[in-house]
Amino acid sequence: MNDLITNAPAREGRSPRPPLISRQRQDKMTGRMFFVFSLVPVILAVVILGMLTIRTWPILRSHSMWALLAGKIWKPEEGLFGFWPFIAGTGWVTITSVILAVPPCLLTAIYLSEYARHSTRLFMKPLLDILAAIPSVVYGVWGVVVIVPFVGNTLSPTLSHWLGFIPLFQTQNPTGYSIISAAIVLAVMIAPFIIAITYEVMNAVPNGLRQASLAVGATRWQTVRHAVLPQIIPGLLAGIVLGLSRALGETMAVLMVVGNVIHIPGSLFDAAYPLPALIANNFGDMMSIPLYDAALMGAALILLLIVLVFNIVSALILQRVLGRRWM
Amino acid sequence: MKKRWHKRHIEEAFFKVLMLFSFTIVIASLALILWTVVAKGLPALTWAMITQAPKGGFYMGKGGGILNAILGSLYLAGGGTLLALIFSLPVTLYLKTYLEDSRWGQIIRLALDVLWGIPSIVYGAFGFTIMLSIGLRASLLAGIITLALLELPIMTRSMDEVIRLMPAEIEQASLALGATRYETAIKVVTRQMLPGIMTAILLAFGRGIGDAASVLFTAGYTDLIPGSLLRPSASLPLAVFFLLSTPYSAVQQRAYAAALILTIIVLAISLGSRWISGRLSRYVVK
Repeated sequence: MNDLITNAPAREGRSPRPPLISRQRQDKMTGRMFFVFSLVPVILAVVILGMLTIRTWPILRSHSMWALLAGKIWKPEEGLFGFWPFIAGTGWVTITSVILAVPPCLLTAIYLSEYARHSTRLFMKPLLDILAAIPSVVYGVWGVVVIVPFVGNTLSPTLSHWLGFIPLFQTQNPTGYSIISAAIVLAVMIAPFIIAITYEVMNAVPNGLRQASLAVGATRWQTVRHAVLPQIIPGLLAGIVLGLSRALGETMAVLMVVGNVIHIPGSLFDAAYPLPALIANNFGDMMSIPLYDAALMGAALILLLIVLVFNIVSALILQRVLGRRWM
Repeated sequence: MKKRWHKRHIEEAFFKVLMLFSFTIVIASLALILWTVVAKGLPALTWAMITQAPKGGFYMGKGGGILNAILGSLYLAGGGTLLALIFSLPVTLYLKTYLEDSRWGQIIRLALDVLWGIPSIVYGAFGFTIMLSIGLRASLLAGIITLALLELPIMTRSMDEVIRLMPAEIEQASLALGATRYETAIKVVTRQMLPGIMTAILLAFGRGIGDAASVLFTAGYTDLIPGSLLRPSASLPLAVFFLLSTPYSAVQQRAYAAALILTIIVLAISLGSRWISGRLSRYVVK
């Protein structure tokens, strides 16, 4: 019987089907081969984390964690490695960019999901893809050419003139290379992410809720406000956190517009020096000073750990909200 | 009955205006970016820019072009994408046909999530450390490996997304007809995923070619057209960055031209992936 199946005469132009036993062996062998390949991402994740920790270790042994994270003075030549100015710079830039990005992104997502015609949605999808695909250096060029002069010549003088009594808007920095410039550029960069996630989360809200709300005479906005928005809050938060972690790791665009001055910023118009910029600017010439490379690896490790926590939290939330993995 | 304007109607109108305004802002920023790049880059874009390597004094405004960076970027992103594909396709197929939702499958997915979130500057630092520890200098090869690390999770995730949308019946039908998992993976799933694979490849390529932070330390920079895997290689994003940071306005013009070239490549990839995945979707059972 077996013979009959496996050794059936070949049809014209086709090689005979190999016997079942060897097909099963092929199946098993491929499984093993695939398993070896699948080790790569797992090993890679472990090795990256491990290697950064090992390379940071020398500085953790000679400096206390607190002195590193909260230290305000960065003088590698004197052995002083205070990360606080960089952590503060990262915080300022990232949080400002998210504050700038979230309201318009949320409203755009609501518009696309609840109001827009089908054709508008179809038209918006490739636009968001393009926005997400533009390389960060190009965003940086845009920042240098458009945003920095705008901030330096218009936004900063105007706001500090009218709102200068609030420390947030005071300025001693006339150049425009500042936190707010970086935040504007970053806000546009993370917008496609936040819009796409929020839109998907809103799509997952059952239509019955909307219909029930509209049926009792609510306006569309009331429906959005009272029926849809409460449902999407976890998903929205996850989207924001994901945008936040994108913004945290962004290097080139920020580096080009943020001014790179080592101090603790006090106003939106101050320059700052975020962690990725620290790594990018100093990695090449770090070899001559002791512990310098460990310190920069430490900067990478801090960045990685923050981003990791953010990503895992938002992935878990999105998995619960959407009932599946996101992306 | 005359419609009375209640507070809720005013609210409705107010938020509708606000939404349209936000929507316009998003589209306007995209338009503004593209316009800036084109308006600044086009006047500076000459034939010499894309056909010549930098000549002596290029960074002070003398002759030459950025062919070294264009070719370097294509090699870097091409090599990185190829390397990433070699690993991500088997992993995706393995996840789908062999593992499903088993324990090991979840661990792999978690690892991919972790890798996906790692900022490219961290990949750059990691790649640099690896490079030093195996005695490699800044080179095309080191750049390719680092970009492959960066692209691997992007590509795998993108493929996994498509493969998940595949109707389960197709796989079940194949298995029910007596095909092994291997045959199902290679002959059925791969064909069904073909548009998705192409999209993933192009997405990863686009990411790779635009990424500066990861090649900053690993690929180095040189004025020579890349000729060997073990020599440094220029790249477009770094060309933009370096040219823009020179004090000469004539050289900064070239940065705009380089940014325009980079943008055109990336947009072409983005549009091309739509077209190709449309073409390939005729092999797909809907």
